[in-house]
Amino acid sequence: MASVVLSEAEKLYIVHGVQEDLRVDGRGCEDYRCAEVETDVVSNTSGSARVKLGHTDVLVGVKAEMGTPKLEKPDEGYLEFFVDCSANATPEFEGRGGEELGTEIANTLYRVFRSESSVDLKSLCINPREHCWVLYVDILLLECGGNLFDAISIAVKAALFNTRIPKVRVLEDEEGSKEIELSDDPYDCIRLNVDDVPCIVTLSKIGYRHVVDATLQEEACSLASLLISVTSKGALTSVKKMGKGSLDPESIFEMMETGKRVGKSLHIALQKTLDEEESLGSSRQKVGFLG
Amino acid sequence: MAAVSMRLPVVRKAVGPSAPRGGEKHLVAPGDTITTDTGYMRGHGTYVDEEKLIASVAGAVERVNKLVCVRALKTRYNGEVGDIVVGRITEVQQKRWKVETNSRLDSVLLLSSMNLPGGELRRRSAADELAMRDYLQEGDLISAEVQSIFSDGAVSLHTRSLKYGKLGQGVLVQVSPSLVKRQKTHFHDLPCGASVILGNNGFIWIYPTPEQKDEEAGGFTTSLEPVPLSDREVISRLRNCIVALVTQKLMLFDTSILYCYEASLPHQIKDILKPEVMEEIVLETRQRLLDLEG
Repeated sequence: MASVVLSEAEKLYIVHGVQEDLRVDGRGCEDYRCAEVETDVVSNTSGSARVKLGHTDVLVGVKAEMGTPKLEKPDEGYLEFFVDCSANATPEFEGRGGEELGTEIANTLYRVFRSESSVDLKSLCINPREHCWVLYVDILLLECGGNLFDAISIAVKAALFNTRIPKVRVLEDEEGSKEIELSDDPYDCIRLNVDDVPCIVTLSKIGYRHVVDATLQEEACSLASLLISVTSKGALTSVKKMGKGSLDPESIFEMMETGKRVGKSLHIALQKTLDEEESLGSSRQKVGFLG
Repeated sequence: MAAVSMRLPVVRKAVGPSAPRGGEKHLVAPGDTITTDTGYMRGHGTYVDEEKLIASVAGAVERVNKLVCVRALKTRYNGEVGDIVVGRITEVQQKRWKVETNSRLDSVLLLSSMNLPGGELRRRSAADELAMRDYLQEGDLISAEVQSIFSDGAVSLHTRSLKYGKLGQGVLVQVSPSLVKRQKTHFHDLPCGASVILGNNGFIWIYPTPEQKDEEAGGFTTSLEPVPLSDREVISRLRNCIVALVTQKLMLFDTSILYCYEASLPHQIKDILKPEVMEEIVLETRQRLLDLEG
């Protein structure tokens, strides 16, 4: 993970600030930085989203392709995650430096989405045991400014919301072989229901308290953090502890409660922004990367 | 109560073009022709191609008699003798420290250029060399002055005055060096209750004003006591104001920071970073600065 070096006095200042609920940029312990979300930024994907959370910039693209279902789940489609840590984000990611972080993030996302109810995988099935939709979710880290997991999960949810999968019909031939017909109308597509897609909330333990949405400097002061994935209804789908420090079971419980609370507000804000963007329709001025 | 604010991105334009004072600035981009007159000597940031003088960096053209050079708008810090810089120690070597100052090469702080505790003047011994890490470690922040520049452009620093030395508790903001205005003094005790060091290399250090000026001010004793909440609020507000000024590309000096601080008082500290509040505050600051001049 990208990290900054801080002097002992700076770390002390940050830790004392968190104790008094006033962080360096004036936020409280449970406040997020101002986030910008935009969907449909990449034209040749089925769905895409870009999220800017402070200095963290993440781009997610979803491509829907036809594939064969997995053997143990013959009537469901599935998701494949791939994370690319661009060397633009920080010099540490040059060459193969970002691979370890990329695989860690991808594995976390697999865990988060492993729950049955996150995405309705049965709607991705076309022909049981033969054809199904595979959603390839590609995540590109453009800039690392702390709190990667949260930004990535917000972007994944926004991209899945934006995904449009073309409607297909299965035609039976006389010999019994099946043919798949794509509908001619490009606007005839199915959308995914993202109400139960979880978002990750990272809680970093600094001193005796924990903060949400830590910046790079705050991450350098925290020895342990808890990653929890929360759905919009407040249900937890996965919990993961990161960092080399230890966490007291009491503080884990407190952090989970905070995470659930913050997660619900996060979902409400995200859904509101996505609905607002949807309502603007084609009159929306696309900002993209040159805005 | 958690506060999560999400929004759609909007194309942001810079706040109001200010009227050019003292004539138009000739701005060029890399590849632009500056002049086709062959009588000019080429300076930094230019090159000659087919009898035309072409800019190699993006910036403003400066002409001094026959010398034409282009001063880049966004660049790494280029050291000049006498500049005040704030730097972070990256390495501890045999008789010197390597300091990161946002320049092309790491700056150098020689052991002989460092103040010993107590202000004694003596020859540095082998014991001093071994005890270097007790004075300054990797990650420590220092304020120093540029003593000289090596031939390869690396800067040599010194802290031979009680006002320089290791920095204690506070907040560091990193900005582009071209946004820090050159002034007589870079150490300011702002009336709002905090002090600020505007490093020429773009590192701005905001810290609580020390209670009394003790003799060891430039030394190595850092106060580890918690900073009171009122001071913290001032420091956080100043930090957000500086970030706002930098985002809108305003020059940083004590008056502009102070005006921006006063303009931000009606808002909550964490709201200053919202784009619309930032624009409003910077507009007011710009207006007050123009009134001050005119």
